[in-house]
Amino acid sequence: MDLTKVDAIIENYDGDATSLLAIMQDVQDQENYLPREAVNHISAKLDVPVSRIYSMATFFESFHLEPRGKHICTVCMGTACHVRGAQRLVEHLERDLSVKSGGTTEDLQFTLEEVNCVGACALGPLVIIDGEYHGNVTSTRLTKAVKKLKTRKGGE
Amino acid sequence: MTVQFTINGVKVEAQKGESVIEVARRYGFEIPSLCHHQAVTPYGACRVCLVEIVKGGRKKLTTSCNYEVLDGIEVVTDSEAIHKHRAMVLELILAEAPDAEPVKKLAAQYGVNVSRFERSDTEMAQERHDCIMCGLCVRVCTEIVEVNALAFNGRGYNRGVGGPYLEAPQSCIACGACAWVCPTDCIGFVEEDGMRKVLKWDRELPMEKDENGRPIAPKFQLHYFKEKFGLPADIYKKAPGSR
Repeated sequence: MDLTKVDAIIENYDGDATSLLAIMQDVQDQENYLPREAVNHISAKLDVPVSRIYSMATFFESFHLEPRGKHICTVCMGTACHVRGAQRLVEHLERDLSVKSGGTTEDLQFTLEEVNCVGACALGPLVIIDGEYHGNVTSTRLTKAVKKLKTRKGGE
Repeated sequence: MTVQFTINGVKVEAQKGESVIEVARRYGFEIPSLCHHQAVTPYGACRVCLVEIVKGGRKKLTTSCNYEVLDGIEVVTDSEAIHKHRAMVLELILAEAPDAEPVKKLAAQYGVNVSRFERSDTEMAQERHDCIMCGLCVRVCTEIVEVNALAFNGRGYNRGVGGPYLEAPQSCIACGACAWVCPTDCIGFVEEDGMRKVLKWDRELPMEKDENGRPIAPKFQLHYFKEKFGLPADIYKKAPGSR
């Protein structure tokens, strides 16, 4: 990744080491994950040991150290969604995207994830695609949404 | 500022800011502990140092390593209830570290020889081996050695101690302080074939030799000390007595 971007983010927080968590979040927003060279760079700039940054990044579920796809599909696995067939949606997406749950496609286009509950139980089963909440989804609607993203990839 | 209170009915005096365990040990009262070391900040992780503290007429069980002394408190270091709780705590620790001799020995003193609990069979639990995650190695590495090679990684049943990215920590000087301070002896520290090895972290460093060809310490460690304390460049060339 472009380390000048990391520099700009650190500058936003006046190079303050107490803002480490916010800096890590901002870097992840740029790349969808925390690249190792960015971690090393932050460590050197803020004079915070790499071990501490790694420790924090592995403590919080929201940080990712492996590259993730451009599009992120998150399937809610909460109780309400579960009883309405969330597991089947995951399997459906696994087949559609040819990637195991929790994994990223080889072309770095899609990441399929599960989450335990997003608190929108009345809308279950729920799938979040690129931050957009799709309530009462069916496998046909999922296929359509995924297809739309796949074709858009070609158009860009 | 001095603080006055009692331990097992004996009047004791301590400085404000001291911990109960330190004062009790100074007066000769025995309190077992695994995760405590006077050189680093208390952590209260192992919970073996439980004592009863009566404050304002209320009695409670608490860890003595991170309890600061207060005027007028009454501390009890051993009672039937404390014994029972320590035995329970030790049984849980024994489940995590079934092969650690120091833990076995301490548990046996409390009548615990076999743990009723099973160790979790996750990959991380295998990796941890006899580690009870007391964090002593982490505290020594950050506070005393100040190389910050170690930290807690992960969370919940995936928690463990190690270097960043689960690799041999590059800032580790293989000083062995972590292995020395570990209460379960699960780190492993050897010197062989001119190499210093800290087994749990996979860290191997070549050793500097003196003029008789005997290994002194890892080159990287000597360099770190030289830089840190601003020692003269030829310090390690001189005989130990004339340094």
